Amino acid sequence: MTNKAANSKEYIISSSERRSLINLSELWRYRELFGVLSWRDLSVRYKQTILGILWAIFQPFATMIIFTFIFNNLANIQSGDGTPYPIFIYIGLLLWQLFSGIIKDSSQSLTSNANLIQKIYFPRIIIPSSVVLTALVDFICGSIILVFLMVWYGFAPHLIGLLILPVLIICSISSAMGIGLFLSALNVKYRDVSHIVPFFIQLLLFVTPVIYPIKILAGFNFIKTLMIWLNPMAGIIDCARAGIIGKSMVDWNALIISIVVSLLMFSLGLLYFKRTENYFADNI
Amino acid sequence: MPKPIIEIRDISKRYRIGAEKEPYLSLRDEIAKFLNSRLWNNKNPGPDIWALKNVSFNVEESEIVGIIGKNGAGKSTLLKILSRITPPAEGSVIMRGRVGSLLEVGTGFHQELTGRENIYLNGTILGMTRKEIDANFDKIVAFADIGEMLDTPVKRYSSGMFVRLAFAVAAHLESEILLIDEVLAVGDADFQKKCLGKIDEVSKVGRTILFVSHNMASIRLLCNRCVFLDSGQVKYVGDVSECINRYMNQDVSGSSIASHFDRKSTNIIINSVKINGSDLDVVQLEYNSNYLNFEIEGELLSPLPIDIQVHFNDIHGTPLAIFFPGYESGYAQKYPAGKFKINSTCELPKMTKGEYILSLHLVDADKCRLANITNRVLLRSPGTPSCTGKVIDYNSGEGWILLPEKKANDV
Repeated sequence: MTNKAANSKEYIISSSERRSLINLSELWRYRELFGVLSWRDLSVRYKQTILGILWAIFQPFATMIIFTFIFNNLANIQSGDGTPYPIFIYIGLLLWQLFSGIIKDSSQSLTSNANLIQKIYFPRIIIPSSVVLTALVDFICGSIILVFLMVWYGFAPHLIGLLILPVLIICSISSAMGIGLFLSALNVKYRDVSHIVPFFIQLLLFVTPVIYPIKILAGFNFIKTLMIWLNPMAGIIDCARAGIIGKSMVDWNALIISIVVSLLMFSLGLLYFKRTENYFADNI
Repeated sequence: MPKPIIEIRDISKRYRIGAEKEPYLSLRDEIAKFLNSRLWNNKNPGPDIWALKNVSFNVEESEIVGIIGKNGAGKSTLLKILSRITPPAEGSVIMRGRVGSLLEVGTGFHQELTGRENIYLNGTILGMTRKEIDANFDKIVAFADIGEMLDTPVKRYSSGMFVRLAFAVAAHLESEILLIDEVLAVGDADFQKKCLGKIDEVSKVGRTILFVSHNMASIRLLCNRCVFLDSGQVKYVGDVSECINRYMNQDVSGSSIASHFDRKSTNIIINSVKINGSDLDVVQLEYNSNYLNFEIEGELLSPLPIDIQVHFNDIHGTPLAIFFPGYESGYAQKYPAGKFKINSTCELPKMTKGEYILSLHLVDADKCRLANITNRVLLRSPGTPSCTGKVIDYNSGEGWILLPEKKANDV
């Protein structure tokens, strides 16, 4: 009789296992679980709704209309470089929605899947990261409106914008994931997180140049520098607008800072997640 | 000599007492606690309990190993460590095969998704590849017997259908090692039988199975080896009969029944159980006493029809008799949510001398098990003395009932 056991992969379970930060071969083995969990979130999301996937378009669109009316028409905030305000704010809102959506969903993801964590083994990182796909789908749906807006106002996207856009999206995702990984792990132990996050995201919107251009801070150089260093979305949104519309120059300096900061955020979040993940099942 | 498929070396797992009372902390509490300990300079991390302590044993390929022990003996913790859900505090385990763990039926099922979608979802969560699910899809649907409900959201399923579908997916897991925790405690008797059959079938193709159960009959039926855990330590590994004997005879020295309540039921809370007026888990019958009175008090979280069911087994787990008043009458009294009290008396035949094990359950009139109360009440019968004063002993192999003679003039 052949010894099947000898052919299969042997592994050791001990108190010190799972040291490596990212076990790529294991993640690859669990890629189907990643897909299935993302698919579950996507398909459950719009079950029993009439509008269905249209919600993903309606939400940023309605926000854009209301924000344009309040901040542009009433409060008289301008884009600063002649870009029509609806396009200006919509680019900001799209990226902001991607960023905040990932933080919001991933920080809740471990606790809402507590049952899975207590009963089945898989690389835990799959749960908070599977929300990225749903956020990306929303982002892509929302982008359709942007295309219409650009056509409506007669703007062609600049090549440079299209080239840096993937980088900007990756940076938004990685900084959001970093924060999300940290908060989701923290939420396992301290449920305060679920109360703080919505509030934190709401405040963060106002210290991110979504409804106003970053140039508005020209007189407050210290605040502007602080914002670019601490909030990667500041540089990302500013560069996305400059790149796509082409009315002002891309601030390469801010872009590089944002890339570095978002990668740093991702690493720190991942580090904390990895340090605590072994005990999720005991604490959740 | 092939290497064992599972090598468990000296593993221990520690839990902090009190962790159960605080399901989660808030930052404020933590800060308050921190300040407190600083101010009063008392470090009080709380005592530890060892859920497992120096557990070692090997499992060879294609063995079926049963794990038995009281509640809190560490059975579930052991399975959790083997399935890598929680790490051991000390020691290590070497696994030589793909592990599938069934610690619960229907993990990850989503109410809004259809049966078909849930098969893929649950299958993937349990570790099957899409190809494997595709290949087994028809078999799963047939086993679950859900017919045209396949494309209906699971939330519209009856609880029976739900359990059948969930088990069907799990039963088709094709990993070399299967870890199973009491999944058979749910569902009606027919379905439990079907599940046992499936496990038996799976084991015949050479899969290795670790099987935690409170049901000695299924352990006896399925396992070739057995591990007896008590307060986190291995008390015995080896022969199934010997293992069950030791488990059945462990400290049944008159602790209260409440000390080994099975608390797995979600909507029934049992507060007290008395047998012939005593809450001890050893019942000594008097000479010529011919009844057992069961008094069960508890709380229902939702209105339910409930009835008592008592199994009489011998100490090897062989079923001898059953007391099940609701089955005879086809009726179980419906209790409203809140406190309930069941008082039921069972008439005994002329029993031979011996020790018998009672297991108590709450069921509905359809034999669907709602809650396990305990499976370890020791009934000591002094036997029925004959006119000559001699007593027939069960251990002499002459059965457990002494049948009375029907006199000619009675006919």
